[in-house]
Amino acid sequence: MNELAIPLAAHPLPALRFPAHPIAGLAGTSLKHEHLPSILADETQRGFFEVHAENYMGAGGPPHDALARIRRDYPVSLHGVCMSIGGPQPLDKAHLARFKSLVDRCEPALVSEHLAWSTHNTTYFNDLLPLPYTPATLARVADHINEVQEAIGRPILLENPSTYVVFPESTMSETEFIRQLAQRTGCGLLLDVNNVFVSATNHGYSARTYLADFPLNHVGEIHLAGHASQTDDEGDLLLIDSHDGPVANAVWILYEIVIGQCGPVPTLIEWDSAIPDWPILKAEAIAAQAILDHHSQKFMPGRANAAR
Amino acid sequence: MSTRSIVGAAVLAGAVTAALASFAVASPLSEAEGKAAMAAGKEKCFGVALAGMNDCAAGPGTTCQGTSTIDFQGNAWKFVRGGTCASIKVPGDRNGSPEPLTRDVPA
Amino acid sequence: MQPVDQKIHHLGNHLGYAAGFTSALLDPEQPSPAVVSGPNGKAAAKRYNVYRNNVTVSLINALVATFPATQRITGVDFFRAMARFHVRATPPTSPLLFEYGHDFPDFIERYEYAQAMPWLADVARIERAWLDSYHAADAEPLTPQALASILPEQLANIVLTPHPATRVLRSRFPAVSIFAANRSEGPVGSITETEPEDALVTRPRLEVTVRHLPSGGATFLLRLIVGETLGAAATAAFANYPQFDLSASIAGMIEAGAFTAANHGGRST
Repeated sequence: MNELAIPLAAHPLPALRFPAHPIAGLAGTSLKHEHLPSILADETQRGFFEVHAENYMGAGGPPHDALARIRRDYPVSLHGVCMSIGGPQPLDKAHLARFKSLVDRCEPALVSEHLAWSTHNTTYFNDLLPLPYTPATLARVADHINEVQEAIGRPILLENPSTYVVFPESTMSETEFIRQLAQRTGCGLLLDVNNVFVSATNHGYSARTYLADFPLNHVGEIHLAGHASQTDDEGDLLLIDSHDGPVANAVWILYEIVIGQCGPVPTLIEWDSAIPDWPILKAEAIAAQAILDHHSQKFMPGRANAAR
Repeated sequence: MSTRSIVGAAVLAGAVTAALASFAVASPLSEAEGKAAMAAGKEKCFGVALAGMNDCAAGPGTTCQGTSTIDFQGNAWKFVRGGTCASIKVPGDRNGSPEPLTRDVPA
Repeated sequence: MQPVDQKIHHLGNHLGYAAGFTSALLDPEQPSPAVVSGPNGKAAAKRYNVYRNNVTVSLINALVATFPATQRITGVDFFRAMARFHVRATPPTSPLLFEYGHDFPDFIERYEYAQAMPWLADVARIERAWLDSYHAADAEPLTPQALASILPEQLANIVLTPHPATRVLRSRFPAVSIFAANRSEGPVGSITETEPEDALVTRPRLEVTVRHLPSGGATFLLRLIVGETLGAAATAAFANYPQFDLSASIAGMIEAGAFTAANHGGRST
């Protein structure tokens, strides 16, 4: 085929080189496209943005443009939602390839995924589903983490889940399971303090005890979010990890304890439903930044795990 | 059908010249302009263009959160239409239609 | 019920949890599965329902986000009920949610309670095409200058490369008017058009645009999109639509950014 009419710019622009914005000690927020004009107009903005990887896995268009514009000016954390690392079946190779290509394209400061699963056979359930904690699942999940880390050529941060049920077949605690995963795979950890509080309430254990047993030395990022309340079959409080409001006071208290022990680990405010105007979300991040700054003098900078 | 064009080179060349000359007109109408033009039955160049809707519908995003909305029930429900359909006076007779049904191209 | 993956089952009981857990996830008539319980001997029914809610609500919400005009036409309750049937029958098979809902327009067409709105499926098809266009690959559209540079005697035999974001939809109903009136928050007014309408969806750069094609425009574009020459496409449009305006259609396709390149690819005359 003989090209007669060559458009002025026949090919998309080559990938831009992004600056390596440091993320250590910063608070950030989930990136919501309705906030984009406010963010781009806000010269005083400090911090980082976290995006859900899957929303940028289309071929092109406005999502790619928005991510590039944010990545140019801010550190970006890439948060995978549906790799199904916690599932028994093999990872989706096509999805892993898309994930690698996105990591290569946006050069994120942090890359994370969940200790959960969302696909069974070929059905994608669009939820973070729980798994039993046994030697067999430990081996399987470790294999999956290794596979992801080899594919993208860097360690990931693995996030602890919010759960509502238990598996009677479990033989290990969640903290022991996560500790062994970190040891076996070299992955870092994303400690979601709201998830700790939600799961502790739902399962009737102490969040502080959980944190005392959590391998905090592997934590490279922290998540904070709001939750909602329901009741279980017995009429007791059942918390839902709904990300639809401000961070609860109890979670702020736990967070300050964690930062006191870990130092100023990059901290994300997640707010994914009933999304407020930008200043309200930004105010939550400023509150987290104040706690990070307060503790930063006690710690050496640049110690964040798995950060670039 | 023969690949030989019935539409001759002169007709095509004339059409392209006229098309290029018409480029004084241009940008898509705003949403409001588009609706107004549609209401008035006007069509600009290549039909009424509707743009400026990207912000109101960027499609679904992934979730990594739960919901406190309760909606797992069975499929039984009360038939209620509460939308704008009552204002749409379009006949629903498919049989009289001269066109094949919608095709989405390319696949 | 999901078929159980035999290979996974053979690896031991400890890896059968996904089959067990998902067995009742989309079927609220079933009890919570035996693989889970509440802590300390508590019941699991309401706890398991949290996952059912998360799955069903988030997938219905995904369809709401993709088909906002369709929801506006039917009302929220009607739409969510219709979407719930579809989510149960046809859950996603890709973790990319923006790919979900390609089967939804066909479902709407068959949906018992939507039969009084036979144009609704075509409105949904435009919405689905809108999102395909939004996520399509980036490419520079064909410029007027590029077209002007082609020698007149070569024009009949050029073929055009469609832009990745270009979609053409034909409806036997005034689907474009109904779509346009309902795709935003503004007042809808009374829609009384009765003529069939064809849609051109493009995204030359960052903004998706939907155009109502004039007579013969869809035939012309669809022929070009499948690789027929400019001469053949024009001939087909004139043959079927005597009032077809070739000049306006060429100007329109350039203005819309429907193509990216013109190639001397026609079979030789």
